[in-house]
Amino acid sequence: MHPALSVIVFTTLSGAGYGLLGWLGVYAAAGLLPPDRPFAIAAMLLALGAVTAGLLSSTLHLGHPERAWRALSQWRSSWLSREGVASLVTYLPALAFGAAWILDDGTGAPARISGVLATLCAVLTVVCTAYIYRSLKPVPRWCNAWVVPNYLALAAMTGALLLALLADGFAQPLPATHVLAAAAIVIALMGKLGYWRFIDSARLASTPESATGLGGLGAVRLFEAPHTSDNYLMKEMGFRIARKHARKLRILAVVLGFVLPFVLIATAGIAGGVIAAAASLLAVASALIGILTERWLFFAEAQHTVTLYYGRRLGMEN
Amino acid sequence: MFDDPPVATDAPVADEVKHTTCYMCACRCGIAVHLRDGQVRYIEGNRSHPVNRGVLCAKGSAGIMQHYSPARLRKPLRRVGPRGSGEFREISWDEALDTATQWLGALRASDPKKLAFFTGRDQSQALTGWWATQFGTLNYAAHGGFCSVNMAAGGLYTVGGSFWEFGEPDWDHTRYFMLFGVAEDHDSNPIKIGLGALKRRGAKVVSVNPIRTGYSAIADEWIGIRPGTDGLFVLSLAQELLRAGKIDADFLARYTNAGWLVIQDEGAPDDGLFARRDGAPLVYDRKRGTPVSALDPEAAPALTGDCTLPDGRRAVPAFSLIAARCLDPAYAPEAVAAQTGIAAAMIRRIAAELAHAAFDSPVVIEEPWTDWTGRRHDRMVGRAVSMHAMRGISAHSNGFHTCRALHLLQALLGAIDTPGAFRYEPPYPKPVPPAIKPAGPAAANAPLKGPPLGFPQGPQDLLVDAAGEPLRIDKAFSWEAPLAAHGMLHTVIANAHRGDPYPIDTLFLYMANMSWNSAMNTAETMRMLADRDPQTGGYRIPHIIYSDAYYSEMVAYADLVLPDTTYLERHDCISLLDRPISSADHAADAIRQPVVMPDRDVRPFQDVLIDLGARLRLPGFVNDDGTPKYPGLFPDYMVNHERKPGVGMLAGWRGADGTESGVGAVNPAQLNRYIENGCFWQSEVPRAARYFKPWNAAYLDWAVRMGFLDKAEPIILQLYSETLQSFRLAARGHGAVPVPQRHRARVETFFDPLPFWYAPFGETDAAGGFELHAITQRPMAMYHSWGSQNAWLRQIHGENRLYIGRSTAARHGIADGDWVTVTSAHGAITVQAKLMDGVNADTVWTWNAIGKRTGAWNLAEDAGESRRGFLLNHLIRDLLPPREDGHRYANADPVTGQAAWYDLRVRIEKAAGRHRHSEPAFAAVASPPLPQRPAVLRYGAAFRPGKPS
Amino acid sequence: MTSLPQQRGDKRLGLVIDLDVCVGCHACAVNCKEWNAGGVAAPLTDLDPYGKDPHGVWFNRVHTFEAGTGASGRTVHFPRSCLHCEEPACVTVCPTGASYKRAEDGIVLVNEDLCIGCKLCSWACPYGAREYDDDAGVMKKCTLCIDRIYNENLRAEERVPACVATCPTSARSFGDLGDPQSAVSTLVRERGGYDLMPEMEYRPTNKYLPPRPRRDAADAGAAASAAPPLEPVSGAGGLLGFIDRLLSD
Repeated sequence: MHPALSVIVFTTLSGAGYGLLGWLGVYAAAGLLPPDRPFAIAAMLLALGAVTAGLLSSTLHLGHPERAWRALSQWRSSWLSREGVASLVTYLPALAFGAAWILDDGTGAPARISGVLATLCAVLTVVCTAYIYRSLKPVPRWCNAWVVPNYLALAAMTGALLLALLADGFAQPLPATHVLAAAAIVIALMGKLGYWRFIDSARLASTPESATGLGGLGAVRLFEAPHTSDNYLMKEMGFRIARKHARKLRILAVVLGFVLPFVLIATAGIAGGVIAAAASLLAVASALIGILTERWLFFAEAQHTVTLYYGRRLGMEN
Repeated sequence: MFDDPPVATDAPVADEVKHTTCYMCACRCGIAVHLRDGQVRYIEGNRSHPVNRGVLCAKGSAGIMQHYSPARLRKPLRRVGPRGSGEFREISWDEALDTATQWLGALRASDPKKLAFFTGRDQSQALTGWWATQFGTLNYAAHGGFCSVNMAAGGLYTVGGSFWEFGEPDWDHTRYFMLFGVAEDHDSNPIKIGLGALKRRGAKVVSVNPIRTGYSAIADEWIGIRPGTDGLFVLSLAQELLRAGKIDADFLARYTNAGWLVIQDEGAPDDGLFARRDGAPLVYDRKRGTPVSALDPEAAPALTGDCTLPDGRRAVPAFSLIAARCLDPAYAPEAVAAQTGIAAAMIRRIAAELAHAAFDSPVVIEEPWTDWTGRRHDRMVGRAVSMHAMRGISAHSNGFHTCRALHLLQALLGAIDTPGAFRYEPPYPKPVPPAIKPAGPAAANAPLKGPPLGFPQGPQDLLVDAAGEPLRIDKAFSWEAPLAAHGMLHTVIANAHRGDPYPIDTLFLYMANMSWNSAMNTAETMRMLADRDPQTGGYRIPHIIYSDAYYSEMVAYADLVLPDTTYLERHDCISLLDRPISSADHAADAIRQPVVMPDRDVRPFQDVLIDLGARLRLPGFVNDDGTPKYPGLFPDYMVNHERKPGVGMLAGWRGADGTESGVGAVNPAQLNRYIENGCFWQSEVPRAARYFKPWNAAYLDWAVRMGFLDKAEPIILQLYSETLQSFRLAARGHGAVPVPQRHRARVETFFDPLPFWYAPFGETDAAGGFELHAITQRPMAMYHSWGSQNAWLRQIHGENRLYIGRSTAARHGIADGDWVTVTSAHGAITVQAKLMDGVNADTVWTWNAIGKRTGAWNLAEDAGESRRGFLLNHLIRDLLPPREDGHRYANADPVTGQAAWYDLRVRIEKAAGRHRHSEPAFAAVASPPLPQRPAVLRYGAAFRPGKPS
Repeated sequence: MTSLPQQRGDKRLGLVIDLDVCVGCHACAVNCKEWNAGGVAAPLTDLDPYGKDPHGVWFNRVHTFEAGTGASGRTVHFPRSCLHCEEPACVTVCPTGASYKRAEDGIVLVNEDLCIGCKLCSWACPYGAREYDDDAGVMKKCTLCIDRIYNENLRAEERVPACVATCPTSARSFGDLGDPQSAVSTLVRERGGYDLMPEMEYRPTNKYLPPRPRRDAADAGAAASAAPPLEPVSGAGGLLGFIDRLLSD
């Protein structure tokens, strides 16, 4: 699938934003949020800023962004509509939470209740986003049980890294942020590695033979495409990456997205102080690049069944 | 009832619907053009049209983009830069026509043959040929010489009709249909309609073609034959049938010249000619035991045996020579298997299937008929075997004889115009060959004494001088190509450049892309067109006038450009005098009418030609007082011109009241009658006349009444060709017409009165390591070069690849998508490969005419057509290698001069280095003033229906 | 409304594509293009139409495949267009309700006024039936010529999709696949019509008819040739004597 920058940025940024929001809600529910107004403002700006930037980015993807409001109407059937509704609904408890925290001290009932609701809504929104992909049967590498948990895990991971950065940056004594981030990294990495192993070895029912119904005549190969230059379908869904290139990018994603941030966040956890702030910042930067790479791969390695009509076999790359 | 959102299901489609005829290929489907506000909204097949009955192929369906193309020329042009540069200035029609009149007038007054007037893929030969006659130049032809004259001549010299669009299978009754060398070619939609019906009805379709696409993909059996060897296959089938006695002896005896007695007197001046008495050929009557006239209605010809003629000499029925030829061990299935790539067992099986289909259950139509002898037949009994053949046979140097072999095979089976078999389409059958002789040169200011093209029946009809040298610029009808019935357009430029046989002054071309995809030796041809004589400084071809609708590659080489309309903007005449749209059961002709008016300063070429004819005061184009005879130009000519009394361009609604068909007085309202009827006319062949046409009294009478035949005389199929033998005798030194020594051996060899197979001339290259055959196929969605300026069609075929069989590619270490260098004895190209399975192992191929030259057709400089598209033409030489005496024949069939495109032999290898573009790349040609190419095309937006309320 | 319609009519309009007689001529694709260029989805925009990368919106595309190898290999020409599925995910994923399946006849359409151009429906279609109009910013697709099949301005026999009317080999048929007695349903039954990618479970309405077996010696299953082998003639006078005897009267 064509890795559209707007969509990659959207899911990565908004995932991080919802992850941060989700953790903030958890900390609020546990009564652990510091009543530090600058910290609160920074945290809420970062969370809602990332979410909003991501959502705006996704509208860049649209042919008619001015009608985007219509996307709220079909929540009965469409995951994209549900995601739209959920993302907007999330603003309610999130803003209430933010107000409660910033204007009050973040420990009172309004903050804790709205915080929990914000967390639930954030999780719901991420789940809806993930289901947009998970529900697409024509893209088998998306349509499997790994995708939703991985979206959640990556949102949790990037959110936790942002939280650790905020805590270190503002020298706030938020407990366990580094441990949380480290654990989230490990879980997310396991999820990612499991996903890649799954897609690399999956046996797929959809083939050129099933796509054409001509398997009874023998193995089916494309002789001539309907057009000699690419059309929308091939531009949008015909993207492919050679296995050896994907391998390199996966390694890059693992190193920058997981390994380096783990090391850095562990360093931050041990060192403390300015070193921690610097390490957390680097961890976030590295993770962002790594997860953008991971997300890019999530699209680039995704194969659509329409390519079965254009000479491809699913699962195979040279 | 249902809650569905409202949709505009009832929007009006058009303000008006006009009918006309499509122009994209040679099948001339009827179309309905839907117009809104004067714009074309939709083009569909006309459901009541006999050719297509409502269907329409991709090319016809893309007519909107064919019409609204930014490549359309818009004003007459005069060259300002060097020839070939593409630098022009726009001029007025007055200036253009004055210029042309001046050039042509000067020639007519001095040496009219210095005008070489050749037309391309138009279908107006009835007008253009007549114009050339009146002008007085014998240097005229259309494009058949490089297209498919072998099929036309092979048929017209044998059976009095041909495949092409002059014959069709009996779609309703045939049970076994064989196609030879047919991809997408002439008669396209009728063949598609027919194939669909045959498959649904369970008839067997066998396609003999090196490539398995299109018709060959849906065939019940595909035979991936080696190019150029179809003659071997056909003669081998004939051998098998003969051996088993599975032939229609009665058919041969009654309807062909198989029983005619051939003189066997070696060394005599009439050896191998028919024995005659009082001019009539003789047969040996089995019952009376003596030779009698073949035209004796009571004759019962023997097919075998020796006979002694009254003068004591020996004669044998032609059939015994035919049998001996077919039974030659060289044509045994085992002998031909390796060469053709068809296993002997398969050849035997196909022969058995042919016999089974033809003889084990004849097709019977309960319709009595009477033959020319007066004998009445209670029913029409036929052979359910039909055949069609086209370019894959034709475009070889052995195509004429292969085509004759096919007709021989059909005759052996009794499968010519009998129920279930091949059927003639009126005005065919005609006498074998048609009684038109090509005319020699005229004096100044005088017309030719006859049409410039025709059918020589012997050396006396050739156009050669006293020394036997050619009189025509293309050497047609000379000893180099005696039966060149369609001329040889492909030799004109090189001959004119060389001044061989003589230089010309003006080359006047219409719709013929001779500097590109219609050229052999493309690079040299382009150079020759722009080449100057160092002594005079002038161009070797002093003047070039070119007419086309689009900025094709040839336009750049013209000095004067006359822009044509598109097919939607003009009248045309699809005439029985030309290439009509008849079917086996209906004579038919058609017109085009303008459905939109030109939005630029262009004129239909036929109008321009008639205008020029009047300006030049050509006889027939002016009245006695010098005023133009057809002031209304082409539509005036279509209605008012009579070729013979009562016979005009259009056969329908003749007579003052429009009630006569075929022959009748001029009807001034004729065009309106056509338009009312959807732009076509048809007249039913009477039921009793529909089969056995050449020998059917009812048909012959009807054909005379309709003006197709002069006399109601039977047309006996000429399996043994006395015409060919007469040329052979001349080569042996007999007869009044001397043959130049250097041509004698060739004429002796190739003017065999019976079909035979010989290796195509490209075979000599095989010895030099060029082992693979390289051929093209027409794609179904494009026709010749006329598709790249079409915004829709070029998305389908915007570039082309060289197709190679997988095993062949593996042998050469070539993978799919690799760049390969293809080398012939003449040149080399580097192109991208595509692998496939369904192709003869010794053949590589590509789609025809996709490659374009940078700068032409108003395409972007980096368009795929010029960057990755390519032509095989660059590899094809226009002249055969020199013989010992230095003489070089055209790369063509030695009988008809047909361009031997598919004789090409190549070798392939993976290209060294990195490649992104096809090579050779020719220098970009500049563009005359043309509309700007749009970056976005939103055609039809204005037609979108509004929302229903 | 992108939920699938709850109350359905009986009609399930669709196409039957006969791969046995498709010669790959692209007539259907181009005629569809020209009809729809001025139809309810007009225009079918073409970008860079005369340049290096021409690409436009088409509702029907004709592929060519080779199946098998060697003597039993086949070439099959293959038109691909919207199958108007019974369970079209392209409808249910649409967030705005622009994509919908008609209750009356099952035709799947795009209401361009509601389309925000998110392209998700095209991702949801396994068959590539939907092509995005980059210029108009909305998705477009086969309408089953809804502006022809009910159009009283056309004669009754013309009220079929453009692709069906134009196909020279009659490889395309139109009708009600919800009616077991219809001509198209009968065709499907008799010829073994099938779904594309049945494992996707979209339950396409359009059906494809498989190519008939070859009738050559390579096709093992079929009775390749009912023709008895030819035997050389024997008897008095050999071949020529035999031929003499063939002549009647």
